[in-house]
Amino acid sequence: MPMFKPLARPLPFFALWMLITLMLGLSLQARAAEDETLAQAGALLVQKFDQRADAVALLVERDHPRTQEILRLLQDGELYYRKDDDRLFVIKSAETGAEALDLLDGSAVTIEKKRDFKKVTLNNQMRNQISQALAEIGLKAEDPKRRAAAVRELLGALNEDTVSVLRNRIGNEPVAEVRELMVLALAIQDLEKGDEATRLQAIEQLDGSLEPPVRNALTALLGSDAADQVKRQAQLALNGIDEKIRYYGMLETLYFGLSLGSVLVLAGIGLAITFGVMGVINMAHGELIMLGAYTTYVIQQLMPNHIGASILVAIPAAFMVSALVGIAIERGVIRFLYGRPLETLLATFGISLVLQQAVRSIFSPLNRSVATPDWMSGLVEINPVFSLTLSRLYIILFCLLVFVALVVVLKRTPLGLQVRAVSQNRAMARAMGVRSKWVDALTFGLGSGVAGVAGVALSQLTNVGPNLGQSYIIDSFMVVVFGGVGNLWGTLVAGLSLGVANKVLEPWAGAVLAKILVLVFIILFIQKRPRGLFPQRGRAAEG
Amino acid sequence: MFLMEALKKDRGGQVLLGVLLVLVIAVPLLNLLVPEGHALHVPTYTVTLMGKYLTLALLAVAVDLVWGYLGILTLGHAAFFALGGYAMGMYLMRQIGDRGVYGNPLLPDFMVFLNWDELPWFWLGFDQFWFAALMVLLVPGLLAFVFGALAFRSRVSGVYLSIITQALTYALMLAFYRNEMGFGGNNGLTDFKDILGFDLQADATRIGLFIASALALALGYLLCRVLMVSRLGRVCVAVRDAESRARFLGYRVENVKLGVFTVSAMLAGVAGALYVPQVGIINPNEFSPLNSIEVVVWVAVGGRATLYGAVVGALVINYAKSYFTAELPEIWLFALGGLFVLVTLLLPRGITGLLRRKEASA
Amino acid sequence: MTVASVFEQILDREHVYPFMQRAQSHHIDVSHQVLLYLEGISVSFDGFKAINDLNLYINDGELRCIIGPNGAGKTTMMDIITGKTRPDTGSAWFGQTINLLDMDEPAIAQAGIGRKFQKPTVFEFLTVAENLELAMEDDRTLWTILRSKLDAEQRDHLDQVLGMIGLADQRLQRAGSLSHGQKQWLEIGMLLMQRPRLLLVDEPVAGMTHQEMDRTAELLISLAGQHSVVVVEHDMDFVRNLAAGDRTVTVLHQGSVLAEGTMDEVQNNDKVVEVYLGE
Repeated sequence: MPMFKPLARPLPFFALWMLITLMLGLSLQARAAEDETLAQAGALLVQKFDQRADAVALLVERDHPRTQEILRLLQDGELYYRKDDDRLFVIKSAETGAEALDLLDGSAVTIEKKRDFKKVTLNNQMRNQISQALAEIGLKAEDPKRRAAAVRELLGALNEDTVSVLRNRIGNEPVAEVRELMVLALAIQDLEKGDEATRLQAIEQLDGSLEPPVRNALTALLGSDAADQVKRQAQLALNGIDEKIRYYGMLETLYFGLSLGSVLVLAGIGLAITFGVMGVINMAHGELIMLGAYTTYVIQQLMPNHIGASILVAIPAAFMVSALVGIAIERGVIRFLYGRPLETLLATFGISLVLQQAVRSIFSPLNRSVATPDWMSGLVEINPVFSLTLSRLYIILFCLLVFVALVVVLKRTPLGLQVRAVSQNRAMARAMGVRSKWVDALTFGLGSGVAGVAGVALSQLTNVGPNLGQSYIIDSFMVVVFGGVGNLWGTLVAGLSLGVANKVLEPWAGAVLAKILVLVFIILFIQKRPRGLFPQRGRAAEG
Repeated sequence: MFLMEALKKDRGGQVLLGVLLVLVIAVPLLNLLVPEGHALHVPTYTVTLMGKYLTLALLAVAVDLVWGYLGILTLGHAAFFALGGYAMGMYLMRQIGDRGVYGNPLLPDFMVFLNWDELPWFWLGFDQFWFAALMVLLVPGLLAFVFGALAFRSRVSGVYLSIITQALTYALMLAFYRNEMGFGGNNGLTDFKDILGFDLQADATRIGLFIASALALALGYLLCRVLMVSRLGRVCVAVRDAESRARFLGYRVENVKLGVFTVSAMLAGVAGALYVPQVGIINPNEFSPLNSIEVVVWVAVGGRATLYGAVVGALVINYAKSYFTAELPEIWLFALGGLFVLVTLLLPRGITGLLRRKEASA
Repeated sequence: MTVASVFEQILDREHVYPFMQRAQSHHIDVSHQVLLYLEGISVSFDGFKAINDLNLYINDGELRCIIGPNGAGKTTMMDIITGKTRPDTGSAWFGQTINLLDMDEPAIAQAGIGRKFQKPTVFEFLTVAENLELAMEDDRTLWTILRSKLDAEQRDHLDQVLGMIGLADQRLQRAGSLSHGQKQWLEIGMLLMQRPRLLLVDEPVAGMTHQEMDRTAELLISLAGQHSVVVVEHDMDFVRNLAAGDRTVTVLHQGSVLAEGTMDEVQNNDKVVEVYLGE
């Protein structure tokens, strides 16, 4: 009860105080009523089957907020009572030493003796009662999604009680999607129980549905003693469904392939700038990706309570870190080696070793895991056999975003113009007043920064460790070379198609063999077309 | 004789062969005759370590042949080395016979473990030393030939070639990690017992392997030297420095490259075959791209296109590696990475280049 | 091939197996006095027509000068003759029997076409003598280049060429240490070592002094007769010098032949004047 103290305060404040107290009191009153219902039901539940049925009826009738939860517990056989005091407990596994949660106040108790607790068992009649009650509750829900879920649970699991509930509600259902599901549920029921004509009609209604129970029901029908005519139709419907499932399976492979391809593009696109545009072989590219991933990790450590925002902060931060390291590499080493690609390759490989060891010394050789923000996890369900994982979707979008940003930078900004000028004719560009050294450093910084951004994306997919970069460097080079050096679009197409090829091969070759096959394919491809998918032709390419 | 001629102007080579000769005579004597505990005694462990270094030096010579003289920066020579090693490892596995953990007279332990009932076809014949020895040459040679024929004919060169050689060894590494390949998967081949009937743990066998390694290095060196002082050697340099000029003079550049590349791969295979019995294990890690690149650095540190420079580089860096990884493991990768950068920036002609310059100015 | 015919071949003592024949027969059929035929050749890079329906005939033993403004397609034409670039259409024959479009660079070189690049390209790391030795006409299979040594006749030839190009004193010097002009000479010397039927010489006098230019002209003129020589050059004095005595000069423009005739005819051709001096 609230403590009420008359206070010498101005009137408006007092009125407010009163109002709050009143509301608190009302809500407490409601709480009290609920508690009372629960107590009554609880007292009935620990007795004989008849009383238990009354308890269920009571809960449903009073529309108690925990009705659904308790009914499910009963259904799953997870509700127990303690013999000493008849208190109800939720027990997942009835083992000595396991935990028992008090149903009323949620406090945990450790089970000392299994014999102290007894399960609240059900008889068949009660089971029907409960499933019907649950269906009704679900079907009455405000949210159409919850209603759809309720119907979906009834698919293939209807009994006489629920059938009548469904038939009652189907006319009142305002949402078409839910209504269709209801039709399906009833059709499955007809398929099992109906005569030939009903069955044929049901098959027609079920045709093309991707709900797994539909497929099961049709398969079961084929094995039953139904008439040949019915079986033929069922077979046709089943074939159609399988066809659709295969189609969505292909879509799913494509989706996985595109997301893997996006990772490849992200990893390779920085290289497409440093290698493709500048002609610098940067073997430390993988380590620049790694630095981006570690930057993400560090930023998450700095703001542990804002995981969702930390990723957004990490993107520019990783870009800056990798870009600065890249510029340092360019100024410190690579600029002395222009025109000597093989030496550049060796020197940058040395740098990659140093960066790896540096990370190992600073962060320990163990992998670090970066948390995935909530808004990135989850599914977008297109239909029962095909859903898109959000994280993959974000990777694809992110990849496209980075790609478009790069194309815009190179095609639409003064820096991009200068970069292209220097890469096409250094001497002429310098004669026109372009500070080619400055452009070199910035271009390299841009490519490196993009590698860092790729690292942010990778940190969401794999563990962050010192070897992260190494495992991507060969893939990155393959993507750039396959696409045609100096061609951003080529990199995009090459990365995505290699990703898809990998995922298409995976089911029958296994992940490792698929990767080997793709590598071998690229090796052979480069023999045939040394300049990649989209070669640069003409005079500039000769030489 | 042409061998003499090949060495006539080759001071480095003369010194190298002289040192090898001294080692072959002195090391066994110091190991077997000088009692343990004496200051001059060479422990068997050191003998084996030196033998291992010599095989790595042979690998470096093979890389120098293609990189130094032909300008092909191969980042996949470890693949040929490892293939030679696996061929030898397969022979050694079959020599174990029924002394394995499972005591199967025919199948190596890992196959019994995988529940295989018969030897895969590609393991047949490896119970014979001559066959294994032939495969040590043929398998790397054939791979290099096929790969080179494809690559050189379509004129893949420069960094593209480097990258696809790297992809080649990477693909092989992934493949050998697979148990289904039949080469012991992750663990590779190990627990060898004897070679040609000699116990691999015995001092005498170890000395024998050391001498064989020294001999292989000497012969490999001479072979490369003879090749490179011939007109072929000059054609190689011509191809390296002005490929299209050589082509317009009528040379089939791709055949030159292919021939030398294949010989080099075979040398690498021999090196791998001698390496494996001395370290006692071969596993897919040997294929790792890092290994191949490390070899290139040995050559760069020693000095390109000299052959003996490759030997010097291999010995110096591997000694340093043994020292650092034992004493200061944290430092090793920093040192190696720094070395890559320093050598390419400051020492384009390597250690031996420094020595030669001093000699020339003196 | 039947078993019987194989036996017959084995028993026939006179039978020459194809693999016993020398791979490169150096017989070039010039029964019509024409050594090189280029007919209807076109090639384009990314839509830019570098060569557009080019027709050109070089007679056996002729010295031909080819001039033309930048981008006229002179170098691309040489690329096509030597097998570096494949034309989109057209045909290229060397004599009556050798189809150049079926061959790659080494085969064409071995058939008897030598080429000097615009930028002098010699093997800088090798000595002058080694450069010439590599260029020398000889069997080029891997096995022979591994074993071959210079014989007396070849040595004489090498000395002779060294004298002709005036580098006898530099024979043991690295080619990289030569001056620009000397490198040009060395490259011409390498051509001579090849003993080609046709020499393609791209801007031979760039970077030479006037005396050197005169000597080069002399040398090229002396080569004509035994060899056919095609010279691409910008330096008009040099071309006039070479073309003296009513030799043919060809003017290329936008990838095809604009005019052909003696130096005087060409210089007075309106179209040529227009191209060189602008509209």
